[in-house]
Amino acid sequence: MAALNDLTTMSAADLAGKLSSGEVSSVEATQAHLDRIAAVDDRVHAFLHVSADALANAKRIDERRAAGESLGELAGVPVAVKDVLCTIDMPTTAGSKILEGWVPPYDATPVAKLRAAGLIPLGKTNMDEFAMGSSTEHSAYGPTRNPWDLDRIPGGSGGGSAAAVSAFEAPLALGSDTGGSIRQPASVTGSVGVKPTYGGVSRYGAIALASSLDQVGPVSRTVLDSALLHDVIGGHDPRDSTSLNEQWPSFAAAARAGAAAESLKGLRVGVIKQLDSPGFQAGVSQRFHEALQLLTDFGAEIVEVDAPHLEYAVEAYYLILPAEASSNLAKFDSVRFGLRVTPEGGGTVEDVMAATREAGFGDEVKRRIILGTYALSAGYYDAYYGSAQKVRTLIQRDFAAAFEKADVLVSPSAPTTAFKLGEKLEDPMAMYLNDVTTIPANLAGIPGMGLPMGLAPEDGLPTGFQIMAPARGDARLYEVGATLERLLEAQWGHTLPSQIPALG
Amino acid sequence: MTDTNPGAITTEVVTHLASLARIALTHDEIEKLTGELGAIVDSVAKVSEVATDEVPATSHPIPLSNVFRADVPGVTLTTEQALAGAPEHDGSRFAVSAILGEEQ
Repeated sequence: MAALNDLTTMSAADLAGKLSSGEVSSVEATQAHLDRIAAVDDRVHAFLHVSADALANAKRIDERRAAGESLGELAGVPVAVKDVLCTIDMPTTAGSKILEGWVPPYDATPVAKLRAAGLIPLGKTNMDEFAMGSSTEHSAYGPTRNPWDLDRIPGGSGGGSAAAVSAFEAPLALGSDTGGSIRQPASVTGSVGVKPTYGGVSRYGAIALASSLDQVGPVSRTVLDSALLHDVIGGHDPRDSTSLNEQWPSFAAAARAGAAAESLKGLRVGVIKQLDSPGFQAGVSQRFHEALQLLTDFGAEIVEVDAPHLEYAVEAYYLILPAEASSNLAKFDSVRFGLRVTPEGGGTVEDVMAATREAGFGDEVKRRIILGTYALSAGYYDAYYGSAQKVRTLIQRDFAAAFEKADVLVSPSAPTTAFKLGEKLEDPMAMYLNDVTTIPANLAGIPGMGLPMGLAPEDGLPTGFQIMAPARGDARLYEVGATLERLLEAQWGHTLPSQIPALG
Repeated sequence: MTDTNPGAITTEVVTHLASLARIALTHDEIEKLTGELGAIVDSVAKVSEVATDEVPATSHPIPLSNVFRADVPGVTLTTEQALAGAPEHDGSRFAVSAILGEEQ
């Protein structure tokens, strides 16, 4: 039997292999992760809730396996779930006080798929309230800390999921990405995360932030692990009318093919001029160009592509997102679920609603609801929301033109390494500019992957490499990502997660 | 709102928006948001530079049309499940305080 600490540091794919060979039981694997959570989460605070049923669920998988049942490849592997996804057996708060203690009456489709595939939900991970933020500091339950440096942010909004995998509290996690909430946390924690093509994974049961941008996706420490998880959660769902009704290839097969590739000859890698900015942190740019050199040395052709309208992406996003969010969050009305606060002396249902939303929403949520209400106001609609939607068209056209010249587009996943807790909290616009590299993919609906590209020389913190593919081209991300991961690890002589400081 | 300058965010505007959004913001919050929103709106107004008349709007990244399901009964929540998270209910309905104020 493998030592327990090995069970938490090995990849999900390796753990799945040991589970299927019978070398390790799911109860042992689950217990090892629960022990790790108990040992480190008081400092990391990746979890808002730890499942009381995880061991019982693991035992059932062990029994089914012992009975000779044919199980999915990841059966018995523990997984953490971002608190934006509804879980019938665990509270679901989206990081907000307005939903404190709320247990949904149904599972989100990606969660239901995890359970059907035999994965073991370990608990719910912390996040910026309603996924609004880039640092997890906007959680109503306190920030998550970056396992690389506990004084720094783990990114956001899915800082809890990224910190859980990089602190070895879970081999896999689910995230959601509206403007980078999977890829930016992956970047600053040295992990891997993928935002699938819009419609590739069902949004049913994912508490909506901005419905035309939100997408659920995998978080892990290796490219193959994200691919395996994506294979489980993806596919058509009639309960989400934006779900794409088509057959997807095996992403795990794509990752395995990429890891085994002997050359990248014929692959055109497009570097987006606007996202290779001299304003980015020097160590981020350095590692990015070194990674490009590795790809070139392995046969890829690097081409520069121009996407002039990306200059307007952050601005368009911060009109479209608040507009959609102000509408989506109207459902928190103190009537059907969640908090109710009655003003002193009572009042009408409208007074109760306003008092509840004042007490239950945090500052960033209020800021974005008010901004969205403004952007949708009569008289301003055309100038703001209408113009932002036009920018979206222009960005899609830029991407279409870029993909004529390149098979994949690449950039750093985030402009800087992890910043210190509190550093950008008082300057909303500075916080918003963190997402300059990730937002364009959401606006265009195309898939994007973030994977580690090494530590920045100046601060020793992780940097991330982003790969984007045309809509429906998710398999290409896994193929190219797995190749780059192998080349980088060969150069380093180790994996990036092996360098994470021990948390005791 | 009759203000002709779409960039102008005043405390009156924020107060009005808060009432539309049903959030009982405090006076301090309104003051703070007025400054912050002003800065954000000044910045995002840049979108109008390129949003010319001939560019169509995109509301959805991957347009789908006529998304229907088969017209057959599916699994739905029971009354009990639907009421399970309600702050107040009477066993079959959500309970709320008065919908109309006295002057209405």
